[in-house]
Amino acid sequence: MSLNAMQLKHVAHLSRIALDEAKIPALLHDLNAILAFAEQLQDPKLDALTPMAHPLDQSQPLRADEVTEENNRTALQQGAPAVERGLFLVPKVIE
Amino acid sequence: MSIQAGWEAVIGLEIHTQLATQSKIFSGAATAFGAEPNSQACAVDLGLPGVLPVLNAEAVRMAALFGLAVGAKVALESTFDRKNYFYPDLPKGYQISQLAQPIVVGGTVVISVGEGEKAVQKTIHLTRAHLEEDAGKSLHEDFAGLTGIDLNRAGTPLIEIVSEPEMSSAAEAVAYARKIHAMVQYLGICDGNMQEGSFRVDANVSVRRCGDTQLGTRTEVKNVNSFRFLERAIDYEINRQIELIEDGGRVQQQTRLYDPDQDETRMMRTKEAADDYRYFPDPDLLPVIIAPETLQAWQASLPELPDAKAARYQTQYALSAYDSLVLTSAKATAAYFEQTLAAMGQAGDAKLIANWVTGTLAAQLNKEGLDINQSPVSADFLAQLLLRVVDNTLSNKLAKDVFDALWAGEGTPDAIIDARGLKQITDTGAIEAMVAGILADHPDKVAEYRAGKDKLFGFFVGLVMKAAKGKANPQQLNDVLKSSLGSCGEACGEEGAQ
Repeated sequence: MSLNAMQLKHVAHLSRIALDEAKIPALLHDLNAILAFAEQLQDPKLDALTPMAHPLDQSQPLRADEVTEENNRTALQQGAPAVERGLFLVPKVIE
Repeated sequence: MSIQAGWEAVIGLEIHTQLATQSKIFSGAATAFGAEPNSQACAVDLGLPGVLPVLNAEAVRMAALFGLAVGAKVALESTFDRKNYFYPDLPKGYQISQLAQPIVVGGTVVISVGEGEKAVQKTIHLTRAHLEEDAGKSLHEDFAGLTGIDLNRAGTPLIEIVSEPEMSSAAEAVAYARKIHAMVQYLGICDGNMQEGSFRVDANVSVRRCGDTQLGTRTEVKNVNSFRFLERAIDYEINRQIELIEDGGRVQQQTRLYDPDQDETRMMRTKEAADDYRYFPDPDLLPVIIAPETLQAWQASLPELPDAKAARYQTQYALSAYDSLVLTSAKATAAYFEQTLAAMGQAGDAKLIANWVTGTLAAQLNKEGLDINQSPVSADFLAQLLLRVVDNTLSNKLAKDVFDALWAGEGTPDAIIDARGLKQITDTGAIEAMVAGILADHPDKVAEYRAGKDKLFGFFVGLVMKAAKGKANPQQLNDVLKSSLGSCGEACGEEGAQ
């Protein structure tokens, strides 16, 4: 597969990435080269195999339903730009 | 509300059910409701770099129990995917969910719509139920130009229960949601508290002209935190869509919020298509494997569920289908009924209890907006009260007065009966004396009655009851009055002799 300019803009919008129009041809070229490289994965004939959900052929370890974490709010909020009354403050997001 | 002629509605529900675990689905942080903001959000819930999720075994068991209860296929292997979207209440930038291989596939529930004899049953198919993590909460009101984020809820385990679009009215959708609500509580996997957001219902609603086979464009209605609002929100949305199309417009696929104050739905956002979430398998989580013998053990551990309980009430207690349905429609109601019955011991009368629980008690709870487990009249008190009905101490009318006093917190049933002197008069001699007195006071009416004016019987009953301050046993009163009025000669003679 290869991307066209419109698809590139759509993907950029979904990722909330600003795109410089002038850079689109170069980006398209690079991205399509990456996709072409990855596309080699389509070549092997794997019809006889069951797809794996994960490269490690193991199952998920489970933990017991126990509260093991304590309130560590002060430390965890040290990196936050703004905090008030225990809440993280972010630019207003309301639709 | 009935749908406008010529149109039909197609409704499917997505129900987010918080699982009643102690800790979160992927971390050891607590899930208790109402804690200080961000006091139950650990590094995993905050999506800090370098952390890894470790799955809570209890969340898996609870999801599987739900699947078993609805007769679904519980996947022996299920996997987690990342659902990517940007929102500050989801600090990782993705929600861990299940898309390709959910833990529960299929299943059915039977709903009952309508009251009494007119109730109709319908089977609703489930598409799936999958495990996922809840997001945090955003508080938009209190901060000028800023939004406050509380991540205590982030990572709370959920199962999202998705139905097929098989409901065709708001009433059916509510019946289905209530049934799922009852089942998760019977199973003990969710507290069912809609006000606290433990059980959140989103409705996908579309309309089409009768006979059309194509589905119309749907909208998703969110923000519904009670069954009453669910019914009103869906009714509003059905009518809005029909009017829009009849006026030449087109329904747009979008998410709408229900506003209970205005009783309307409003556009929240145009719906992003599914591929916008860029789902992919979560490399941090391995496939979840359930051993067949584990699943068998869980199957064996299932409690008695509403349908089975209702069937048992019909056979064991000879209750009507409708009474059985109402009594088993919520776990707490069934527990109240069973506790009352047990507390009455040998004198237990299931039909009498059913009448009181579905009648007087339900009406009073409804009037005051209370759940049955908040009832001021406990099951034990109701049992003590009904024992006094069974032993003829109280008539139904007096029992209702005692019930009101119990509701007001005036003490135990026997204490209220004593304090108010409400004991029913069952002494035949006393009733005969009262009847004789009344008849002696109204010889003209007695003569009219005996001349054929039957209707006066009620007049005499009223007077005697009044004289007895409402406490005469009604059946005995009727009997005594009938025999006293019955044959003219003797009765008159006797009265004359006195």
